[in-house]
Amino acid sequence: MKRVLEGSHAVAEAVRLAKVQVVSAYPITPQTHIVEIISDYCAKGKMNAKFIPVESEHSCLAALVGAQSAGVRTFTATSSHGLALMHEILHWVSAARLPIVMVDVNRALGPGWNIWSDQSDSLSQRDTGWLQLYCEDSQEVIDTVLQAFRLAERVNLPVMVVLDAFFLSHTYEPVDVPEQEEVDRFLPSYSPRFTLDTANPYTLSPLVTPAFYMEMRHDTALAMDEAMACFNEIEEEYAALFNRRYGSVEAVACDDAEIILVTSGTITSTARLLLEELRAKGEKVGLLKMKMFRPFPVEAVCRALGRAKKVAVIDRNFSFGAGGIFAQEIKAALYKLPVHPTVFGYIAGLGGRDVTTAVLEEIYIKTREADLPSQASIWIGLQEVKYAN
Amino acid sequence: MHSGHVGCPGCGATIAMRLFMKAMGEKTIMVLPACCWTVIAGAYPTSALKIPVLQTAFETGGATASGVRAALDMKGDTETTVVTWAGDGGTFDIGFQSLSGAVERNEDFIYVCYDNEAYMNTGIQRSSSTPYGAWTTTTPGQDWKRMRKKNIVEALVAHRIPYVATANIAFPEDLVRKAKKARSIKGSKFIHVFASCPTGWRIPSELSVKIARMAVQTNIFPLYEVEDGIHYTINQKPKEYLVREYFKLQGRFRHLTDKDLDQIQTMVDEDWALLLRKAEARI
Repeated sequence: MKRVLEGSHAVAEAVRLAKVQVVSAYPITPQTHIVEIISDYCAKGKMNAKFIPVESEHSCLAALVGAQSAGVRTFTATSSHGLALMHEILHWVSAARLPIVMVDVNRALGPGWNIWSDQSDSLSQRDTGWLQLYCEDSQEVIDTVLQAFRLAERVNLPVMVVLDAFFLSHTYEPVDVPEQEEVDRFLPSYSPRFTLDTANPYTLSPLVTPAFYMEMRHDTALAMDEAMACFNEIEEEYAALFNRRYGSVEAVACDDAEIILVTSGTITSTARLLLEELRAKGEKVGLLKMKMFRPFPVEAVCRALGRAKKVAVIDRNFSFGAGGIFAQEIKAALYKLPVHPTVFGYIAGLGGRDVTTAVLEEIYIKTREADLPSQASIWIGLQEVKYAN
Repeated sequence: MHSGHVGCPGCGATIAMRLFMKAMGEKTIMVLPACCWTVIAGAYPTSALKIPVLQTAFETGGATASGVRAALDMKGDTETTVVTWAGDGGTFDIGFQSLSGAVERNEDFIYVCYDNEAYMNTGIQRSSSTPYGAWTTTTPGQDWKRMRKKNIVEALVAHRIPYVATANIAFPEDLVRKAKKARSIKGSKFIHVFASCPTGWRIPSELSVKIARMAVQTNIFPLYEVEDGIHYTINQKPKEYLVREYFKLQGRFRHLTDKDLDQIQTMVDEDWALLLRKAEARI
């Protein structure tokens, strides 16, 4: 059924349809709309779930470690400082092989305090063993959250579904909300591979000596590899039922493109508009949307970008001393190819600053006019700052 | 418990677990945040515990148990008791927020803190449970600890939870009774177990139980229960030994002068008088 929903509401609808049994959350702007609706659903019996209103994000994820280990499907949502506070337990969840699904609403980290969109929160968690899937619109949000449970439970790894603060979390759009019966066909009830059971007692997450630790981490690495193949399979199954698929990446007009813009999140929608304008003017430009970040879709990226002359990566994030994070990962992926395009890394839209078609056009023109990038990371739209003495 | 744990000789924490599990039985799931027991239980693939155990991060004892309880409730399992078993560092210090959150929500579980009065697993560093006067590796030489031990029991009582009790490895019947009582009550229960540590306290292992007993007899660690945050019951009449008898047996207090010990005696007397007032002031 088509409904007009906020991105946050789309998350809540997916969680309801997924029949999650335990939800734990701590409020942080801009995640709050998600958990307000979920707690309302729990209170009204629209969801048969227990909502644990914890006293911090750290405890939030720890509570889900307990619940998922005891054999139920769980969910949480957070943002920015909340995700940073969870950092220790993010590692714990993946190493404990718990298929927890989380939504992170991308928000900048302080100081200065900033509640607006910025990917540094989720991307700085890239080494924690969570799958990361970035969404462009509310339809993709609802579809991705539902798929995330299948994917997580298939490979026993946690999945983070990521959406931009406000541009997506607080924006209303028409969304096709799947029917419960159809979702049940796609996502059966949770059947854990291991659980705390008094009839069959054992210890989860015990002390592990060097004799076993490496093998455990290697198993997690294999599961992450497996997730890539499973993602495509699960998307196909989803498409067969709901007729929507997104791909780990989406290549738009890349086949004959000389310059390809690489985007993620809602900037992609803006880039689609610019692409139409530029193509109409005869510019040989393409667009690569990055949905999947972990595991990193190396093959798909190389396929899409391999024939281009130049690639302009737009990062709404920054790793100090290293550059934009998508740009780094794309450069590493392209190293596989004997001949690869020149990668230009652009930093734009940090802390929620608008990334308009004009901003993207500036990026395109800078890329077209230069043989090589002027700097490792080119910051777009910086104002001249006057410092007091 | 199976035989074959890897605790130190005379380990009070191990005695505490053995006694506690006598009361609990098989329908128990244990959450074990980082503490000495992380090691005592044995490394993968062995375990000295016969029940399902979920080891978890240091500061998460209250929160992880909340999640286990929520899942059991959703599965309709009302029989199984959820227990968090944590040391003093994981309870008084790093895990205090998580514990406070869980008991404020009155989660239905038993939280046991076995208290050996310092970070013993990492090599005897001071915690907020380390008593006034003690040497540890982070309160060395003349920098011995000059702050009082945090009164964790009263902090929990202030949350007005159904049941808070102290227990001691030298009083097994009392400990088992309290564990059984906690199991029979719904909501949050907190048991603070005094568990001596020969390694960290610089005492001979054969004195582990005797020193624990003296902690009660000197009023340093009174045995009492508090129901619903208001009803106090003192369980053991003290022998009122002088605290110096307890202190002089332990290497961690060797540096203290007579004057220091007199001051500590005054502090213990004050705390005991305060407890008596609370026990008598029945509403």
